[in-house]
Amino acid sequence: MAGHATDKIVVRNLNAWYGDFQALKNINLSIKKNTITAILGPSGCGKSTFIRCLNRLHELRSDAKIEGEILLDGKSVFNMDPVEVRRKIGMVFQRPNPFPTMSIYDNVAIGLKLNGVRDKKALDRVVEDSLKKAALWDEVKDKLNMPGTSLSGGQQQRLCIARAIATNPEVILFDEPTSALDPISAVKIEDLLVDLKGNYTVVIVTHNIQQAGRVSDYVAFFWMGELVEFGKTAEVFENPKEELTEAYLTGRIG
Amino acid sequence: MEMAARRLKDNALTIYSILSLVVIAIPLLHIIATTLINGAQSLTPEFFTSLPKPPGEEGGGVANAIQGTAILVALTMLISVPAALLTAIYLSEFPESRLRDLIRLLNDTFMGTPSIVAGVFAYTLLVTKFGFSALAGAFALSVLAVPMMVKTMEEALKLVPTDIREAGLSLGIRHWRVVTSIVLRTAMPAIASGVLLTVARISGETAPLLFTAFGNPNFATGILEPVSALPLMIYVYAISPYPDWHRKAWGASLVLMIAVLTINLITKYKLRRR
Repeated sequence: MAGHATDKIVVRNLNAWYGDFQALKNINLSIKKNTITAILGPSGCGKSTFIRCLNRLHELRSDAKIEGEILLDGKSVFNMDPVEVRRKIGMVFQRPNPFPTMSIYDNVAIGLKLNGVRDKKALDRVVEDSLKKAALWDEVKDKLNMPGTSLSGGQQQRLCIARAIATNPEVILFDEPTSALDPISAVKIEDLLVDLKGNYTVVIVTHNIQQAGRVSDYVAFFWMGELVEFGKTAEVFENPKEELTEAYLTGRIG
Repeated sequence: MEMAARRLKDNALTIYSILSLVVIAIPLLHIIATTLINGAQSLTPEFFTSLPKPPGEEGGGVANAIQGTAILVALTMLISVPAALLTAIYLSEFPESRLRDLIRLLNDTFMGTPSIVAGVFAYTLLVTKFGFSALAGAFALSVLAVPMMVKTMEEALKLVPTDIREAGLSLGIRHWRVVTSIVLRTAMPAIASGVLLTVARISGETAPLLFTAFGNPNFATGILEPVSALPLMIYVYAISPYPDWHRKAWGASLVLMIAVLTINLITKYKLRRR
């Protein structure tokens, strides 16, 4: 394995349903450590469902069903406590969703606090460190006690990234993290994603082809619940093997 | 022509709405005004601090009824807030549970139950064995309060976006922790306003207290004794033949009305989301 990126997550024969509707059909792919993998495709193609399977959020819906295998570092996530899975696989959502009643500080610290960390100094350090990694520290360091919801949309999203970082995950899932943001805030988030891959394995769901091209190392193209094509982003974008992929990339379908 | 007809219709509807408002507002304002005029003269310091005088004698106050209402409301909340909160959490946060529809049906049925039935229920269950008491009164009031609060609390919890729950879970926080530390915290203003509005509702209830709390011409010294309450006192005094008691009933009505108004104002201005 030396010299090669190792597989962080391996997905085998993954099928997922909402009631009778099959949202994912026999997905097979591997996500390499410390890379950015983009899950690309139009609305309703199953890309959000896919990442929600990875951190076992999908199964919280009462009509959800799931089959197949997801391995994190070779261990099946379905044999792990979901709480443990989610500590290792963090998530940032489509809409910035800081906890409305909490300060900026508490939004970042809450994951650790509720998991029993009491040491104020350790919390201070993690909050500062996480906000710095999320490129938000300089903007909020003087108002850590203000409500998280007092920030702008782009800042709130970076706060959510800091919140996800604070619990020290190994993988971070991003579900269309810029689709609710203005273009300038979106660029900041994209830059941040690229910075993050040094320390984390990143999976980003997007329907934005340019965004996938700008940030990702690998791209998986989903269409109606199926994985159409998966490979290095440069290769897939320049030389798509499947006609469907090419049609989507050139804007003929979508 | 078409336009003119529409405008006419529009104006007619506006006038109709205003008229309806006036029809509803007049009796309301009349009640408030009458209570103010008849009750204000009774509100002396003695009214709040003294016990009632024997029938026919002038003077005295309703301190026992004020104490009784305070005890009854406090006890009722002590019983019903935890019960209602846990039920609401169960209904809102455990969507996979099978009992949910049954509990909702029971709750809605209870909400439509006449308040006198709550009194009879408490009477057969508690009073026949332990006698009249504040506790029996509070139990009867709880039968009314719990369904109201379950409803408002469930609504309050449901207003918390799913996103917020998922954000909590995605941090690797346990479900019950997400509920207590994140969801409840987010819903707290709405929950608190639901509790206060229920206090406002039950503090004026008379029927459930008639054969539970019963009434007491003196201060109660424990929750296992009969207690007076403002609405009970109003009921007894209003149907008495003594003009002084009538005045006191008006005064007590005014006190209750002001208390309820205060609670509503607090709910409206202090607890609404910013």
